[in-house]
Amino acid sequence: MSEIESKPSLYAVLAEYSTPEAMLQAAEKVRDAGYKRVDALTPFPVHGIVEALGLPKSRMAGLVLAGAIAGCIFGFALQTWLTVFQYPHVISGRPYFSWPNYIPVIFETTVLFAGLTAFVGMLVRNNLPRPYHPVFSAPHVEDSTTSKFVILIEAIDPKFDRQVTMDFLRKTGADHVTEAKFEDADTERNEAPLLS
Amino acid sequence: MSASAPEKPMGYTEIPEVLDLNHTYDTATDKINDVILKKKTPMPIAVAMGICFLLVGLLFTTITKLVSTGIGIWGNNQPVAWAFDIINFVWWIGIGHAGTLISAILFLFRQEWRTSINRFAEAMTIFAVMCAGMYPVLHVGRPWLAYWLLPYVNVMQMWPQFRSPLMWDVFAVSTYFTISLLFWYTGLIPDLASLRDRAKTRVSRVVTGILSMGWRGSARHWQRYDIIYLLLAGLSTPLVVSVHSIVSLDFAVAQLPGWHTTIFPPYFVAGAVYSGFAMVLTLAIPVRAYFGFKDFITQRHLDAMSKVMLATGLIVIYGYAMEAFIALVYSGNPNEAFMMKNRMFGPYGWSYWLLILCNGVIPQLLWLKRVRLHTPTLWVISIVINIGMWLERFVIIVTSLHRDFVPSSWGMYAPTKWDIFMFIGTIGFFGFMMCLFLRFIPMFAGFELRELLHKKKSPPH
Repeated sequence: MSEIESKPSLYAVLAEYSTPEAMLQAAEKVRDAGYKRVDALTPFPVHGIVEALGLPKSRMAGLVLAGAIAGCIFGFALQTWLTVFQYPHVISGRPYFSWPNYIPVIFETTVLFAGLTAFVGMLVRNNLPRPYHPVFSAPHVEDSTTSKFVILIEAIDPKFDRQVTMDFLRKTGADHVTEAKFEDADTERNEAPLLS
Repeated sequence: MSASAPEKPMGYTEIPEVLDLNHTYDTATDKINDVILKKKTPMPIAVAMGICFLLVGLLFTTITKLVSTGIGIWGNNQPVAWAFDIINFVWWIGIGHAGTLISAILFLFRQEWRTSINRFAEAMTIFAVMCAGMYPVLHVGRPWLAYWLLPYVNVMQMWPQFRSPLMWDVFAVSTYFTISLLFWYTGLIPDLASLRDRAKTRVSRVVTGILSMGWRGSARHWQRYDIIYLLLAGLSTPLVVSVHSIVSLDFAVAQLPGWHTTIFPPYFVAGAVYSGFAMVLTLAIPVRAYFGFKDFITQRHLDAMSKVMLATGLIVIYGYAMEAFIALVYSGNPNEAFMMKNRMFGPYGWSYWLLILCNGVIPQLLWLKRVRLHTPTLWVISIVINIGMWLERFVIIVTSLHRDFVPSSWGMYAPTKWDIFMFIGTIGFFGFMMCLFLRFIPMFAGFELRELLHKKKSPPH
């Protein structure tokens, strides 16, 4: 039974702000108060929120570069293997290894692999698709994809205390402070430790 | 805009902001979403959709006839083996380029006016590439074997021929389509999420819920999203140049006078952007008027697009002049000189001069601010440019092929009714897809508009 008790039914508390500036100021206070399991929900990418909340920097760019390099090598290897070893034919008097002719296809496979890596990588790193998430249980949270700016502090944060944290958030100038619960506390697991 | 600003000359018209700043996040988002969630299909859209659907029927009838009979029903012949199919392929591919340019290059250059038209232009790109893709697949004659173009391990022990520009085309067009689709969908995810959160009926909630993949606007998610959006823009940027360059190599690598020329890649790319912007204007002007989106697509957008058309149009004219100069004077090659004289004064001379009129002369009206700000005139000019760019491909393909080196192999070309049905059919298909898009998908990039609104309203830091 202790296992069930160790899983809180409360996912997080949410504080809602109506401007990005107010949210950014509050985010700095949240960070300075020492909360680590924090996030923000915003209707558009707000510049500076990652620093204000002290979130780790993303490594997506390196991943996409790796995809691009893989695509480049694939394009070159495919054509070299086919035109030199697997299917050698003399085409308009060119040598088998006529690398300048490979450039257009190498370019295309590079772009294709990098683009697919970017898209799939973003989804995988973001744990999407994920049609349901505990934050959706909070009242009015749907406004955060249109006009409201939300900061949330997860219940598993070591510094989290339901009442203290909610009071703290109210003092940062939030319009509303609400709670998000796990739909089913017995089966729903907390998210794995967030990847950078 | 201060009171001490110098007095405006008579007749001076102020060009409005890129966005009506009376909007809030809520009103801007609701205005976009209401088209999908609240309103019934507007009558003009329903009528347009009906007409386009009939044309889609014509397209599929033509394709059925074509596949069951063979491409002999087209007017293609010897010597004009490339005809309507390749003209239309190049025309449609070219149209797509404006979408990529708007979404990628103008994004990297931080052009604010791209934000209201990028979603729309990207949709146009995707549908135009779909139309384009039909032609080469059907032109191979046995479209059910078109997958032979792909390098896959097979029992025939056959592989594609990678030294041919036609093979490069397969990779260029399929990559172009895939990346355009990814870019478009990536941009759509946050907007579908805001659509989901505003949806009233269960069906629309479920559909948008699935398509938005559970997007919740988390800061961690936005951080990765921002980076890959920028990277996809960066990856699409060389595609703007490469796709039509590779298409032009289909011609330039051949030995034929009129095709065998080094100016083709840049000249084709400029022409592609030219025709693409013309198509964006052709579509955007009626849509903004009908749906009442003059606060999102303002005169400033139309003005900026006109200027891009003017600039690319001048590059295209330079291309025509260089082509004539190289063929007639510089090359000293009698076959080249003959080709150009035949192009200008031969049996298809009318098409050349009509091309000069449509692409060279009439668009010069865009130098006048009055014309750029007069929407109906601008719309007519955009259609004229679309026609001109179609004629350009007709001139390049037909006048070069029909009289090459040996007079005994000369011939004439005329399209059959099936050529024309097929062309009208793809226009109908394009229109039908655009109507579906306008009805069911947010036609503005909502999150980017909200970001722009924030940037415009908040004082600079």
